[in-house]
Amino acid sequence: MKHIRTLNTRDYRKSVKQGGCGECQTSCQSACKTSCTVGNQSCETLTSKR
Amino acid sequence: MVFKRYIPVVHRYKNGGYNIVLDVESGAVHVADDLAYELIPLMEGYIKKDSKPEERLPDEVLETILADPSVRELADRFSPDAVRESLEELKSLVDSDALFSEDTYRAYVGSLANRPTVVKALCLHVAHDCNLSCKYCFASEGEYKGKRELMSLEVGKKALDFLIENSGSRRNLEVDFFGGEPLMNWQVVKELVEYGRRREKEADKNFRFTLTTNGVLLNDEILEFANREMSNIVCSIDGRKEVHDAMRPFRGGQGSYDRVLPGFKKVAASRNQNNYYVRGTYTHFNTDFSRDVIHLMDEGFEQISVEPVVAPPEMDYAIKEEDVPGLLEQYDLLADEIIKRRKEGHFVNFFHFMIDLEQGPCVAKRLSGCGSGCEYLAVTPTGDLYPCHQFVGNTDFLMGNVFEGIKRTDLRDSFKACNVYTKESCDTCFAKFYCSGGCAANSYNFSGDINGTYDIGCQLQRKRVECAIRIKAQTSE
Ligand code: SF4
Ligand code: SF4
Repeated sequence: MKHIRTLNTRDYRKSVKQGGCGECQTSCQSACKTSCTVGNQSCETLTSKR
Repeated sequence: MVFKRYIPVVHRYKNGGYNIVLDVESGAVHVADDLAYELIPLMEGYIKKDSKPEERLPDEVLETILADPSVRELADRFSPDAVRESLEELKSLVDSDALFSEDTYRAYVGSLANRPTVVKALCLHVAHDCNLSCKYCFASEGEYKGKRELMSLEVGKKALDFLIENSGSRRNLEVDFFGGEPLMNWQVVKELVEYGRRREKEADKNFRFTLTTNGVLLNDEILEFANREMSNIVCSIDGRKEVHDAMRPFRGGQGSYDRVLPGFKKVAASRNQNNYYVRGTYTHFNTDFSRDVIHLMDEGFEQISVEPVVAPPEMDYAIKEEDVPGLLEQYDLLADEIIKRRKEGHFVNFFHFMIDLEQGPCVAKRLSGCGSGCEYLAVTPTGDLYPCHQFVGNTDFLMGNVFEGIKRTDLRDSFKACNVYTKESCDTCFAKFYCSGGCAANSYNFSGDINGTYDIGCQLQRKRVECAIRIKAQTSE
């Protein structure tokens, strides 16, 4: 496409079907301890399949 | 018919010379040229709502759009052919549900609030005591509104047992050794790690231990143990010496920067610049905090997290509304700096700009918040349970203890029910799937309600998401 470029993203809709396995990290426990950020986390299911 | 609030489905913004188009509900991210960027809002009125993607923009509507006066104006500025071409491209995105996609998750919200949860993580306050007296410490100099106390081995073991027993089938269990200053109770930390390693085998679990320290007592023996056992070490340092020393003095008032910096450098080097963070707090007193982050980069740290202070608004160091415009600029500066350094071959990771677009969490996770009060709990030295470290000491939030378990299930349920659809401001926020509803403690501090809004925090959060996505756009070229 000439006018727009799409980045690779995970389509959230598909993840609804797989539905939370719950193995991912607790948001606040990571580095910050004062904020909730999930966008920066990785999905345990996807990454362990790699 | 039920009244439907307008919820923006596409968020467009310019950052660092990029035109970014975020399709909120699908998570698709596009980088547009000026023409497509301007065309998208003009299309919006023609999109058919509540329909299948391929029916949202039928072919015949394209001609109507092209005849729209504002679109014709675009054709004059660019060219009619270019506008048509761009519109067709955008239509293909609509057809594939990557633009103007609709919310399909709302239906899950009820089940989210009632979902069975297990405890996944504990923050162990092994020492309510500290050798520093940081001005912004929510622990009020390590005392947590109570007296100075150390966690006994017995309480610590009980906490680990509690975690195992309440974790259901989840394997990975996170335990952060926190304080006050956890190194003031190091022997107990070591024995708890040993205990955990023994119990995880019997119970088929995997403990991920982490340590959050101010660095004052760090030595080689501690570091060697921590490097073997801890999956992350969070090192508290605020940035420039004068900034750090002003906020993180010893009890006697002298600064702690010179004391802690060498130890933290060893942490970074001995862990090959991985699985650690230097973690700073910025306040009203250093609203030019990008310089603190840059300072930490210049000192050779590659994993950096510097974050706004969580504070009741009346504190003098709390971030003020008038600080916000300048703080937003700081994030832009920082994004530019990080890109510049990466181009020069120096990797740096700024925690709040990390974003995993391709392998990020599933929607369930994105909708359901930080987990405080249900999946994540804090344990005091005497074994009391609180929704998270930020609530420790506020007895309105005392949930139970590790000996008898959770007694205030009402509290747990109210934390569990907290999600991006229950908070009005989140519902309409483009950042909801990255932020997942913000910090309950912040909301509580600011509005007296865990479902409230902390607007300053939200403005900063949205900016960080924008910068993070821009960095992705820039590095994916
Ligand atoms: S930035 Fe604020 S409004 Fe947006 S999702 Fe986060 S907490 Fe909610
Ligand atoms: S309430 Fe705030 S500080 Fe507590 S766990 Fe959640 S995000 Fe972290």
